[in-house]
Amino acid sequence: MNNKRKKYLAFPYVLWMAAFIIIPLFMIIYYGLTNRNRQFTFENLTIIAEPSNLKALWLSLKLSTLSTILCLILAYPLASILTKIKMKNKSILVFIFILPMWMNFLLRTLAWQTLLDKNGVINTVLTFFHLPLINIINTPGAIILGMVYNFLPFMILPIYNTLSKIDSSVVDAARDLGANEFQTFLRITFPLSLPGVISGITMVFVPALTTFVISDILGGSKILLIGNVIEQEFKYANNWHTGSGLSLVLMVFILISMALVSKYDKESEGNIW
Amino acid sequence: MANKLIDLISISKSYGNNIILDDMNLYLNENKFLTLLGPSGCGKTTTLRILGGFETPDKGQILFEGRDITALPPNQRNLNTVFQKYALFHHMTVAENIAFGLKIKKKSKAYINDKIKYALKLVNLDDYENRTTESLSGGQQQRIAIARAIVNEPRVLLLDEPLGALDLKLRQDMQYELIRLKNELGITFVYVTHDQEEALTMSDTIVVMNQGYIQQIGSPEDIYNEPVNAFVADFIGESNIIPAIMLEDKLVNILGANFPCVDEGFGHNKPVDVVIRPEDIDLVPPEQGLLTGHVTSLIFKGVHYEMEVMANGREWLVHSTDLSPVGKEVGIFVDPFDIQIMNKPESEDEQAVVLSE
Repeated sequence: MNNKRKKYLAFPYVLWMAAFIIIPLFMIIYYGLTNRNRQFTFENLTIIAEPSNLKALWLSLKLSTLSTILCLILAYPLASILTKIKMKNKSILVFIFILPMWMNFLLRTLAWQTLLDKNGVINTVLTFFHLPLINIINTPGAIILGMVYNFLPFMILPIYNTLSKIDSSVVDAARDLGANEFQTFLRITFPLSLPGVISGITMVFVPALTTFVISDILGGSKILLIGNVIEQEFKYANNWHTGSGLSLVLMVFILISMALVSKYDKESEGNIW
Repeated sequence: MANKLIDLISISKSYGNNIILDDMNLYLNENKFLTLLGPSGCGKTTTLRILGGFETPDKGQILFEGRDITALPPNQRNLNTVFQKYALFHHMTVAENIAFGLKIKKKSKAYINDKIKYALKLVNLDDYENRTTESLSGGQQQRIAIARAIVNEPRVLLLDEPLGALDLKLRQDMQYELIRLKNELGITFVYVTHDQEEALTMSDTIVVMNQGYIQQIGSPEDIYNEPVNAFVADFIGESNIIPAIMLEDKLVNILGANFPCVDEGFGHNKPVDVVIRPEDIDLVPPEQGLLTGHVTSLIFKGVHYEMEVMANGREWLVHSTDLSPVGKEVGIFVDPFDIQIMNKPESEDEQAVVLSE
């Protein structure tokens, strides 16, 4: 009785999902598979094979993979240390690390632009000390920096969450059974934290793969990621069909990469698969 | 002294200002069932964790067969622990859990498989190898935790309230199971519990602890029949703890009435505490009693009746299979050897340790 009534509480979300997720998705599929004359076609998908598009897709995959790996390398040890710190107000510490999330995404990226600019803050300081200048604005390096900076909290948080949920007695048990600290990490802590690692990877890789803002601001207009290509199709070429088609291709790549990742994590439930 | 397996020498441990253990000395013999018993916060779990290597004492030494192991990490100690919440590895099957320690030690596959079979048989869970740990009930998980520990052939098995999460019937079954296991394996068990009944049922030796101090060490019979102080008497079973005066050897004055007893050496007219177990009080016709009073309450407890008798200004707790109705005039009689005399705590400090729980 009670359960039956509870079901209706999901109704607003179902409505939301239908209006803003399901229907738009079908519209993208529709646009992606038709041309301007409303005829069915695969043209919008195969356009990915054009050298300029392939190059953009390849660069996107490369940069987002690199950023994800960097985020993981930075986030895991940090999350692990955060878990072990014995402090009353640990949540404040965690809060500080995810604080960037609270500031406007665009603002943060623009700030990096100002910092990295040829005559920007960092170079002004370097000139003052007669040090060699850095020149990474408008390079893939700057884009990776922007991605890592913006998406790092999304890697820290899920890893920190799973790590802090691991029962300390399980770790004790492994040590008790003869495992040294490294073996304990390899066989117990890391496998148990995999669900967090996977959602972290998902939450960094997907937005990094599809971003066009970061590459726009930190890459100048010289470096095109697949996100920029899609953006241009919609905004400047006003071609919804090609834009949707490319989005569908990108979606396939996201699904493939997520499938690859979750293959290594049979136990975790409730992730994208 | 040859069979002294582990020796804890003046161990102290505190967290901040909170003293958990204070200058504790304790040794374990080979092939014994030793229980650390006490209320929560008495330091029993900390003692176990120090034995297991999960805590380092601030002061003191741990000797294992005469060798100092105080600084050894847990993985280098020849003992294994069964944790309170089982601490099974949920990302592994039952067999993988049991094999964990052996794989770390790089034993051969055949050896590991034999050991898994043997251990599962020992805990009555044959053919559970490929089950996931989460599909097991609490009792089964506990058995797997035990199996996982004993395949490593430890000299000592440490058990941290392993039955705490199980229901009563299962707990009783597991008690007998543990005794059987100990006898079959021939290793030392160190068992931590706050359940006095568990301790009395299973142990060879009970160590009663409170507030970081050992109150009494002895066999279950000793601890039950001859508690050394009011805390032990109160913690182990129900009892009447009554202030009294030791008139002379073998005679004690309790609330104005003289009771013959068997204790000697307390001196003359010395204030003492007397412990009388409720089942040791006989209700007799008034003229035969050393004291007289009347029954004020009566509760049926299954095996026996629990009665309270008001006599000489005090409620006496009495357990008897014979019923005396409320209001009845009765005499109280206690056999001399059923009266346990205890020294009063000497200082206020000791008093605090003994009485606060």
